[in-house]
Amino acid sequence: MSNLTATAEPTEQDSTWAARAFESLRHMRELPVLAALVVLIVVTYAVNPLFLSPQGVKDLMLNSTIVVILAVGQAMVIITRNVDLSIGSIVGLTAFLTGTLFSGNPDLPIAVVLVAGILLGGALGMFNGLLVTLAGVPALVITLGTLYIFRGLNNAWAGGTQYFADDRPQAFGNLSVQTVLGIPIITLIAVAVVLVAGLVMARTRPGRDLYAIGSDPDAAKLFGIPTTQRVLSAFVVNGMLAGLAGVLYASRFNSVGATTGTGIELDIVAAAVVGGVAIFGGSGSVVGAAFGAVLLTTITSALTAVRVDKFWQQAIVGVLILAAIIIDRLVAMRNERKLRAEAQR
Amino acid sequence: MLPNLHPRQPRRVGRKSAAAVALVASTALVLSACASDDGAADDGSSDGDQAITFIPKQLNNPYTDVVLGGGEDGADAAGFGASEVVGPLEASASSQVTFINAETQAGTDVLVIAANDPDAVCPALGEARDAGAKIVAFDSDTNPDCRDVFISQVVAKDVALIQVELIAEQIGGSGEIAILSATANATNQNEWIEFMEEELATNPDYADIELVAKVYGDDDDAKSFQEAQGLMQAYPDLKGIVSPTTVGIAATARYLSTSEYKGEVALTGLGLPNEMRPFVKDGTVEAFALWDPAQLGYVAAFAGKALADGEITGAEGDTFAAGDLGDREVGEGGVVIVGPPTTFDADNIDDYDF
Repeated sequence: MSNLTATAEPTEQDSTWAARAFESLRHMRELPVLAALVVLIVVTYAVNPLFLSPQGVKDLMLNSTIVVILAVGQAMVIITRNVDLSIGSIVGLTAFLTGTLFSGNPDLPIAVVLVAGILLGGALGMFNGLLVTLAGVPALVITLGTLYIFRGLNNAWAGGTQYFADDRPQAFGNLSVQTVLGIPIITLIAVAVVLVAGLVMARTRPGRDLYAIGSDPDAAKLFGIPTTQRVLSAFVVNGMLAGLAGVLYASRFNSVGATTGTGIELDIVAAAVVGGVAIFGGSGSVVGAAFGAVLLTTITSALTAVRVDKFWQQAIVGVLILAAIIIDRLVAMRNERKLRAEAQR
Repeated sequence: MLPNLHPRQPRRVGRKSAAAVALVASTALVLSACASDDGAADDGSSDGDQAITFIPKQLNNPYTDVVLGGGEDGADAAGFGASEVVGPLEASASSQVTFINAETQAGTDVLVIAANDPDAVCPALGEARDAGAKIVAFDSDTNPDCRDVFISQVVAKDVALIQVELIAEQIGGSGEIAILSATANATNQNEWIEFMEEELATNPDYADIELVAKVYGDDDDAKSFQEAQGLMQAYPDLKGIVSPTTVGIAATARYLSTSEYKGEVALTGLGLPNEMRPFVKDGTVEAFALWDPAQLGYVAAFAGKALADGEITGAEGDTFAAGDLGDREVGEGGVVIVGPPTTFDADNIDDYDF
């Protein structure tokens, strides 16, 4: 786990294993958000025990599922020093695709629809990736554009048509109702996504390349990393995950239509940042982003469970984002000092 | 509507950001092209012909579509030469202003609007009136000073009362209830909620019913979903939920039907029969209410025609013919009532298709 961070690790060998373990734990960027999550859950539970009733726990997991999947994809893109603002629109398009497919052919196997959604998402992600890598324009601007383009397509395609849960097979809706060992099926899918993406990012060459590109794009290129190809693949994977999220959205919620998924992109970027993914790329982890996503959705539920006015929730999310950025800055400054001190020795 | 959607571009643009600005501008073009997709096409007000424009709270909303369908039928039947629908894709307070301005510039004769915010649209409507347009508010009223007539589905109080009656019946006359509304500043929602609160407080039949919370799902599926969950946790003794919005009631029904609360917590409010049918059939919802939304648009179109022709001024006591629906009278405050609300339950829901 400690390897997930891309910040400079101490070069000196500490004497004992315990000290090393403590040191790496201290450097874990996921730690603050994980701690915040635990505190939040414990405090809320103390105030309102119903918060962790079986139904309450199930709801918490279900609420986090789609956000976690999106945050993992977004983290991969942000780590390369890019961002994808179009994911809300991708979710909308793939959710509506799901509704359309099922309403036309109720007997279609669920796997086919999943694959169709992932492929459409991947194609839209590739469109983003190609524009970003070929045009050399900041991803912020490109994906802001595609946010509107994809949403426009969704509006043109859907018009006022909405598909309801009733139009989809019972088995498909049950993905978000039935549980295995107490965990809803769609949540298991999200956990699998986090594990696979976490391993790829931490332990494989292409995954580490994304960090290198985000840390210093020019150096990465000089070093011989195929930056265009890597950035493109990050966008494609992110699109595919957004596609998956769109299909699962259709499984969980009642209606899919022209406005499905509007405005979630900033929540997702916020989740990644709160989870310790540096907005300038190069550091953070998809696991941290996933924790950030769980934290933000859980805050909403927790505040409602303890009857705090909903209007405060946004302010609290804002404070969390600022806290995450400040912690990030402090860590970076401390590391810099340490490196400088070592260089002088 | 193009001119208003384009922010004026700065004269001097840095080399690198030129491309970015160009992209943003073209994006805005795409956006506005999409936004105008639903109307504009059949806008051809030739001389002598009157044009009517509908501005709903939000396009691509299924309830709105039914209302607008009735509106376009009404516009045809009333003899308008052209009718069109323009509007924002999200129901926010200020989003309608641009569309009002554009329609004023296009010289429409009648503007039919469902206000997202009663005051935010007023200045723009004032300009439209100065340019000679008649203003018909429908569904959700503007400030009364800013329109000629308001077409109300039903008497606001009746809508509130029928929902209180339904929930009281379903929870057996006593217990905690909550309201799950749309946005916190929606005129019609707040009016109904006020009447509900008043009725609960004053009617001795409801003395044992306690309204413990009002929450807002912003007419968004996911948000309404989470608000419904929150209600269950925050108020473990909750007996029932009233959701006077079609999005809210459907989202809550979906949540209840997939949770352990199904059948335990009663749900009623205002819903679309087609959307609510499965939940009535599976026992999540016993009964809910609504009017026929198409009639609302239909009457609004005829009111617009009567105003444009100078037959009525919107004063109390004016009457006008509303096609197949017969005559309607303008009541106090320029309000026209379409008809009484209908209750839908397992016995009659299959008779309706909207």
